[in-house]
Amino acid sequence: MAEGDFWSGYALPLVAMVLEILAIVVPLLLVVAYATYAERKVLAAAQLRKGPNVVGPFGLLQPLADGLKLFMKETVIPSGANRVVFAAAPMLTFVLALIAWAVIPFDPGVVLSNINVGILYLFAISSLGVYGIIMAGWASNSKYAFLGALRSAAQMVSYEVSIGFVMVTVLLCAGSLNISDIVLAQRHLWYVIPLLPMAVVFFISGLAETNRSPFDLPEGESELVAGYFVEYSAMTFALFFLGEYANMILVSAMTSILFLGGWLAPFGVPPFTWVPGPIWFFLKIAFCFFCFLWVRATFPRFRYDQLMRLGWKVFLPLSLFWLVLTAAFLTAFGMLPT
Amino acid sequence: MIIQAVCFYVFAAVAVASGVMVISARNPVHSVLFLILAFFNAAALFVLLGAEFLAMILVIVYVGAVAVLFLFVVMMLDINFVELRHGFLQYLPIGALIGFILFAELVLVIGYWALAPNIASVLAAPLPATAQVTNTQALGDLLYTRYIYAFQASGIVLLIAMIGAIVLTLRARAGVRRQDSSAQVYRPRAASVEIVKIEVGKGV
Amino acid sequence: MELLREYLPILIFLGIAVGLAVVIVVASLVVARQNPDSEKLSAYECGFEPFQDARKKFDVRFYLVAILFIIFDLEVAFLFPWAVSLGRLGLLGFWSMIVFLGVLTVGFIYEWRKGALEWE
Repeated sequence: MAEGDFWSGYALPLVAMVLEILAIVVPLLLVVAYATYAERKVLAAAQLRKGPNVVGPFGLLQPLADGLKLFMKETVIPSGANRVVFAAAPMLTFVLALIAWAVIPFDPGVVLSNINVGILYLFAISSLGVYGIIMAGWASNSKYAFLGALRSAAQMVSYEVSIGFVMVTVLLCAGSLNISDIVLAQRHLWYVIPLLPMAVVFFISGLAETNRSPFDLPEGESELVAGYFVEYSAMTFALFFLGEYANMILVSAMTSILFLGGWLAPFGVPPFTWVPGPIWFFLKIAFCFFCFLWVRATFPRFRYDQLMRLGWKVFLPLSLFWLVLTAAFLTAFGMLPT
Repeated sequence: MIIQAVCFYVFAAVAVASGVMVISARNPVHSVLFLILAFFNAAALFVLLGAEFLAMILVIVYVGAVAVLFLFVVMMLDINFVELRHGFLQYLPIGALIGFILFAELVLVIGYWALAPNIASVLAAPLPATAQVTNTQALGDLLYTRYIYAFQASGIVLLIAMIGAIVLTLRARAGVRRQDSSAQVYRPRAASVEIVKIEVGKGV
Repeated sequence: MELLREYLPILIFLGIAVGLAVVIVVASLVVARQNPDSEKLSAYECGFEPFQDARKKFDVRFYLVAILFIIFDLEVAFLFPWAVSLGRLGLLGFWSMIVFLGVLTVGFIYEWRKGALEWE
């Protein structure tokens, strides 16, 4: 009797949960691997080149070959480094990039953990991202890594504030911290239409938050060689790399959820609703990710004082102003969700 | 519910252990990292109590912001460990005295502590059942209207902190050339380009 | 409790993610040939031996950014519950937050005028 309780009460739900988690992690890692391929192909197209086309048909096996190569490389731990922190930093980045996906809904009810404070969870995870970088920069005991980490930390915290204000603006319209509720609140109108300036601020802050071009100063090749991960090699480097791309996809997913209606079809009428929700969600993520690459192919790198000026003197006042405006509008016309 | 109990003991034990490591780790950066671990476990304990909003805010504010500042401060300190050891014995008596006083106070407080028997009836604002109202909403319903003075006072405190930080850390640096975008854009053509007609064979 | 049931998957996810990260690194350490030497292990500094320890004092400006970030982060933390329950708070709740934001805007203007947001 007790054995039956054990199996149906604990073991089976646990196995089911682990399978659900693997059903998120495995596709995610595949998508991340092919995100690197997509980046090289898009950049190549932007520069009238062909991009990877040797390994496999159309170069499709290139990410696997890259992964295998990194796997077979020697893991170098610098002699002056703090070994434990040095090894923990890339793992932290990778783990954070993965566990954020626990609260992302892919379809109505299709979410690993539907917590009440989902958006706060995402905000918390993204504010932790800075640790992987600071720890890497400090533990490497290399000047380039240290400078890169400092720059990166200051940059990430500067843009975090605007991201917070933008999230609050969306919450004012949705009236819930639950991510599924936020998506469902956009059934009639995606928030990108009424909140377009906030969507732009969010996306650009997302670029800064993930250290992407044109805000890729922390790893500016020409001055800091690679910034905080200059001392990393083999799989420790690969974890940073995977974490960075998973973060980009996460920011794309957050943009889709907050402004582009998550899994919802663009119009609630038959030819659009035939396509299942996860496909729409994937298409929206792919579009946002393409914008990341598009920006990288188009814009030169910002200067550091320009970057700080944009974060503190443009985005912060703008998002605060828009937040107050939205609140005042919704209160005045009684359109607040209760 | 066994899982819940196991989780509680694991998180509590790790929190206490990392608290001990904070004060005993030799490297101050390790201390801060252990402090972060302690914050995490405290957040997990909040979740176990059902206070999910507080748990997330603890992570966002303490781990995401305050500990970053600590880490900055500690990373920049050029700590000479030998000197640190040297001063240790010198300050040991006064440190021990303060520690003893604190310990005695704690013993007194814990020894005479008791819950008022009618505590449930004198609660200022009873918590609504978590099933109907999430605790973020429960907090929001009270904080901005019922506790408006405390809320505004916290605003003033933040303002003072902001001004204090600027007064303490901001120093003007000489010889800085700042970019003035509008001056660049509105520069007239005459100020930047001079057209010189040069005759052949003469030079400028 | 219903609430905790939603958090258990996150805990397990955390465990799986950590396990995966450790396995990846350790497997690579085991499989790949390790052949360290002192030149290879020295910190990168354009081919020189590093002159001194890399951890040194840096500009106080970074602290200012971190402190200002804490303050604005707290402001955002106050905004979250407000945004969720503004619909039930009425005008008092709305103006209460406007005054709060107004006070902090005074601080923001102060730091702007003082040049604390300038970066050179």
